[in-house]
Amino acid sequence: MTFYIPQDTTALALGADAVASALQSVGIEPVRSGSRGMFWLEPLLEVETNKGRIGFGPVTAKDIPSIVDALESDPARHTLYQGEVADIPYFKSQQRLTYSRAGLGDPVCLDNYQALNGFKGLNNALKMTGQQIVDQVKDSGLRGRGGAAFPAGIKWQTVHDAGKDGCQKYIVCNADEGDSGTFADRLVMEADPYQLIEGMIVAGLAVGATQGYIYLRSEYPVAHKLLNIAIDRAIAANFLGENIQGSGKTFYLEVRLGAGAYICGEETSLLESLEGKRGMVRAKPPLPAIEGLFGMPTVVNNVLTLAAISTILEQGADSYQNFGMGRSRGTLAIQLAGNIKRGGLIELAFGVTLREVVEDYGQGTYSGRPIRAIQVGGPLGAFLPESQWDTPMDYEAFAAIKAMIGHGGIVVFDDTADMAAQARFAMEFCVVESCGKCTPCRIGSVRGVEVIDRIVANENRDNNLILLHELCDTMEFGSLCAMGGMTPYPVRSALAHFPNDFLLRDAAGAAQGEH
Amino acid sequence: MLEFYEPQADYGTPKSTSTNMVTLSIDGVEVTVPEGTSVMRAAAESGVKIPRLCATDQLKSFGSCRVCLVEIEGRRGFPVSCTTNVEAGMEVKTQSDEIGKLRRNVMELYISDHPLDCLTCPTNGDCELQDTAGELGLRSVRYGFEGENHLVAEKDESNPYFTFDPSKCIVCSRCVRACEEVQGTFALTIDGRGFESKVSASQAEDFMDSECVSCGACVNACPTATLTEKSIIEAGKPEHSVTTTCAYCGVGCSFKAEMKGSQVVRMTPYKDGKANEGHACVKGRFAFGYATHKDRITVPMIRDSIDDPWREVSWEEAVTYTAKRFKAIQAQYGRTSIGAISSSRCTNEEVYLVQKMVRAGFGNNNVDTCARVCHSPTGFGLKTTLGESAGTQTFASVADADVVIVMGANPTEAHPVFGSRLKRRLREGAKLIVIDPRKIELVSSPHITADYHLPVRPGTNVTLLNALAHVVVNEGLEAREYIADRCDVAEFEKWVAFIGDERHSPENTETITGVSAADLRAAARLYATGGNGAIFYGLGVTEHSQGSTAVMGIANLAMLTGNIGRDGVGVNPLRGQNNVQGSCDMGSFPHELPGYRHISDKATRDLFEGEWGVTLDSEPGLRIPNMFDAALDGEFKGLYCQGEDIAQSDPNTQHVEAALRSIECLVVQDIFLNETAKFAHVFLPGASFLEKDGTFTNAERRISRVRKVMPPLSGKADWEGTMALANALGCKMEYSHPSDIMDEIARLTPTFNGVSYDRLEQLGSIQWPCNDSTPEGTPIMHVDQFVRGKGFFAMTEYVATTERANRKFPLLLTTGRILSQYNVGAQTRRTDNSEWHGEDLIEIHPHDAEERGINHGDWVGINSRVGDTVLRADVTDRVKPGVVYTTFHHPVSGANVITTDNSDWATNCPEYKVTAVQLSKVTQPSNWQARQKSFDKQQQGLLKDARH
Repeated sequence: MTFYIPQDTTALALGADAVASALQSVGIEPVRSGSRGMFWLEPLLEVETNKGRIGFGPVTAKDIPSIVDALESDPARHTLYQGEVADIPYFKSQQRLTYSRAGLGDPVCLDNYQALNGFKGLNNALKMTGQQIVDQVKDSGLRGRGGAAFPAGIKWQTVHDAGKDGCQKYIVCNADEGDSGTFADRLVMEADPYQLIEGMIVAGLAVGATQGYIYLRSEYPVAHKLLNIAIDRAIAANFLGENIQGSGKTFYLEVRLGAGAYICGEETSLLESLEGKRGMVRAKPPLPAIEGLFGMPTVVNNVLTLAAISTILEQGADSYQNFGMGRSRGTLAIQLAGNIKRGGLIELAFGVTLREVVEDYGQGTYSGRPIRAIQVGGPLGAFLPESQWDTPMDYEAFAAIKAMIGHGGIVVFDDTADMAAQARFAMEFCVVESCGKCTPCRIGSVRGVEVIDRIVANENRDNNLILLHELCDTMEFGSLCAMGGMTPYPVRSALAHFPNDFLLRDAAGAAQGEH
Repeated sequence: MLEFYEPQADYGTPKSTSTNMVTLSIDGVEVTVPEGTSVMRAAAESGVKIPRLCATDQLKSFGSCRVCLVEIEGRRGFPVSCTTNVEAGMEVKTQSDEIGKLRRNVMELYISDHPLDCLTCPTNGDCELQDTAGELGLRSVRYGFEGENHLVAEKDESNPYFTFDPSKCIVCSRCVRACEEVQGTFALTIDGRGFESKVSASQAEDFMDSECVSCGACVNACPTATLTEKSIIEAGKPEHSVTTTCAYCGVGCSFKAEMKGSQVVRMTPYKDGKANEGHACVKGRFAFGYATHKDRITVPMIRDSIDDPWREVSWEEAVTYTAKRFKAIQAQYGRTSIGAISSSRCTNEEVYLVQKMVRAGFGNNNVDTCARVCHSPTGFGLKTTLGESAGTQTFASVADADVVIVMGANPTEAHPVFGSRLKRRLREGAKLIVIDPRKIELVSSPHITADYHLPVRPGTNVTLLNALAHVVVNEGLEAREYIADRCDVAEFEKWVAFIGDERHSPENTETITGVSAADLRAAARLYATGGNGAIFYGLGVTEHSQGSTAVMGIANLAMLTGNIGRDGVGVNPLRGQNNVQGSCDMGSFPHELPGYRHISDKATRDLFEGEWGVTLDSEPGLRIPNMFDAALDGEFKGLYCQGEDIAQSDPNTQHVEAALRSIECLVVQDIFLNETAKFAHVFLPGASFLEKDGTFTNAERRISRVRKVMPPLSGKADWEGTMALANALGCKMEYSHPSDIMDEIARLTPTFNGVSYDRLEQLGSIQWPCNDSTPEGTPIMHVDQFVRGKGFFAMTEYVATTERANRKFPLLLTTGRILSQYNVGAQTRRTDNSEWHGEDLIEIHPHDAEERGINHGDWVGINSRVGDTVLRADVTDRVKPGVVYTTFHHPVSGANVITTDNSDWATNCPEYKVTAVQLSKVTQPSNWQARQKSFDKQQQGLLKDARH
């Protein structure tokens, strides 16, 4: 029997190390795997038995003796028994491409990775010209998963074509995953880091870049450790460095840590930070694809975008683009969080509705109260009322209701949530995280908090409401980047769908109006 | 060019240099501009002003203020016009209701965090924020003023010239970007983020304590009153301005003197000035207060002996007195017993008149200029090898250089505006080789690291240059075609045989120069093969007993690698004073008439004799050091010294003082009672550059106008003073304006044939040669062939100086300049620049200091073979062991008491850069310093008596 207990951050936070110790104390050395993403079951202990790979969860150290006993008799009788992990409906119904290996084994074991189809995409890519790779990515319909959903192939083509022959180009992976309720990047890096490395090497081959950087947020120490181990092993096995697998191609890769600024998830700030400067947004144009890192042509892609590359190169553009709807092709890594019963990572083809996600997968709120609002796409995403929950997860469908899918984070609120406070929080978040370069964001967010306070205090209410709407316009149309430009989304949606929350408060602090 | 005061036109973003033109439509009007132009600039060039706050054409576009947004057909939202470049067929709308509302609402946000004290604000009427609020029609601030704000942020008044008031800051980063992009010092940053973002000098220090070099670029860039000149705070906004040329270093920056009546309230670098393109340094930008300092002497004075009190007299009495005494001296001691020294700080026209008075009035050629003690070896060396005594390229063309050698020059201190230009190019990736005994700023400073620093032992430049050439030749890196095409091949072959000898190899010269052979080889390869190579050198090359040889070595190296005669390459002397080039051009040397024509040349003499109606002496006259020697020999008795302080600036002070004391009639024309004037019998009050018309010629041969912005305090500009003296001597001069003098110069000088004040007015400035074949001047010299015909490879055998370190004098002293002070300091010491450099220090390496028990700040006695002085120690590894260094900006320092009589073999340029010395800890000033102090006290007393 082989025991698996995850070493990803969520499992660790929920006591996975204690579980591992408990196993060791009874003479069992577990494999420290990645997580499957079913966080409501973590720590999820998996055991490879002659009856298949079964799971117990969520387990604590004190459950170990009883589980060990159960394994010797009838595991199914244990209260934490989850059956065959692959058959858990939450998992089984997903369409796992990027996360196909997540949780299966030791994430930094190179043999494991290769045994599970790893580096097949790279091997295919090594036989192709840069343009052929770029064409594959274009044909796949892959769009940037960081939030902006820009077609990856077109960005790559720009970098491929940019600069003088032989000029230095860069591949930069944006791993500064800072949106509230998101963890998909982390899960890739902690559960399957080679996939990201493979995607970056392929990107380098495609556009002619020989240096890659993973810009990782400092709050991800586990991912940092695992990435560095994986990179070292990839170098040792000649997947990185000079003359990759005898191909004559070169690609170097390094991890750089951020310094705790949300704004450095914005690609141009990220580049500034990577260059050692303050994380300040750059005006575009010039696009990073033309003048990026150190002024050279640079691909800046999210972790998920680059991770998807290995799938596309392995299985072919057609196969990938068979998933999805409309112009949103492939799968989406939905991250279900907030006040939710079954939080976790759900990889599905675009097109599933929000309601299916929160009700079927999430099983409603953790508090058991009715869901009141759902914020999709991080702190800059709109709050969606129930009337909008049947919207399919599709970039265009969301844009049509002035919402966004963003990085795929979903945060659920129950009926006790004060949406005026949430609107204020959106402005306040902008106050705290604004880089300070452009005026609408730097000053506008501060004034936004003040104006909302005045509205809620019923000071000159009508005029302040007009002012808040104008401020939202100023921020949306005037800001330099999406930070200030999208802060109005949650504010406006709260105003539009939950207007009563903005009414004068009573002594108890509740808005005087019906919920 | 007198104009009502207007801020200089600003097109918002820098000019594009592309030659591809793009046509678009802006507000329905077709506009054609170069590719790469921003929409903002395209609009501005077609007369449409798009409001903006963070954009200025001196800086790269930034896109932070969001006031310049426009609508572009087919594009989403409202692109900002500063960061959006034009595209063919683009249809831009700069005004609409939506645009107006957005802009106004952004402005409302700005003003919600800005004091409303416009009427009492120092930049009232000269504020871009105020103007823009007006343009946008902002009528109320609905947010009120109760919210978070910076209105009580504390003001920083530490800098003597400008204040920083963060309560007025709009965080446009123009100051920070100016410090980075224009000046290249990186002293400013934005501290904090979001609403807490604030401009910070260094690590949140006062401006004065920070790395700020007070160039004023940030003040210029500031669109509000946040960074404001104290002079403007005191005096208010100027009412008119006059374009003129700076009177400090040889960069020759163009300025707008901004005036209230005849009071200068601000000097603003002129954007159309081709030498500086809108940049300045702490001297030119701020240190103009000396011109109206209380020490100015504005009335002529005479006395019979230097121990007599001065007597104030009329101009007429002063010149009559002088003429009488000069004539008497000539009658007694002969025609050649008098002479004159012209000034590199005076205008071309003034210098021309001085040499004319000497040659035509004194009847001899005893005229010399301070270039004798700085760049005379340049004149000799470049004339011999290339055929013309001048730098070969424009400052601007350093932007096309790939490898730059800076040798014996310290641009960031002594030629700061050029230094900034050079740094910009280096930040773009050009390579840098620094040849200097000291770690100058360019060796290592923010974003600049020299690829090679060759810390040459003082006095061994020629050996080092020979070794560089040896590597190029022996490794076959020379530009064969270029040499075959453009140089004297027979001479070249001889030279190759000389330079190829193993004694010049880096390995064999290592012990002489102290420079690692490996570094030297690598540097030589880099210069020879790295693309466009440009050499900039200074007095660290010329002020040696082999100064002329070193200059020729530099020219050889440039010819050898094909690096002369096009953009981005060349050989460029960095001239110390504003008009060194001009004073040399104007015939200040005893052997040369204007245009570097030898006095023995009959045809040239005929030309001048015809114009001047006199017979000229065909024998060269005395050089400055010869004058001193002749004075001590009793053969030289009368000297007219205009705008030069030889007692402080020339070497071996005690020798100079003895010579001056032996002169019977010393006439000094200056704006202050300088060190030389203390030995004078006649004092003619000089005029500052603000008080006269004329021209200066900078280090790139650029002739620029100096314009009178205030009447001469003494009633006469210097040219008028010289003219009065000449007429009193019977040497008839009738000029009604300096332009008449320039017309005469142009008539008599082929390289100046095309120069006139009208032409200067049209072109702004002219780089000579300017004549019929080059009516707009000559930015790059030696383009198709060298001026001398074929380039000449001169032999450059190294002959070591006799000034060597030994047991008694084990250290080598070398001298230099510092940013805040200028030359002898007569001007800058009378400004707040002294806050940065109130005294000269002696730099010594920690190792040498420790051996002598010297600590930082200790008083240190410096003894050389000729004298001794006392300075305080600056223990630093900027100098290497065995080398000490000082500046000579303060008379009391007596730096030249220690320097010797050694001089360049060809030109007598003094060997300021090598003096063997010993240092020891002392407790009191030197004897010379004590004497100097009492002499100064006596002379100041005699002056005071005259003025009351």
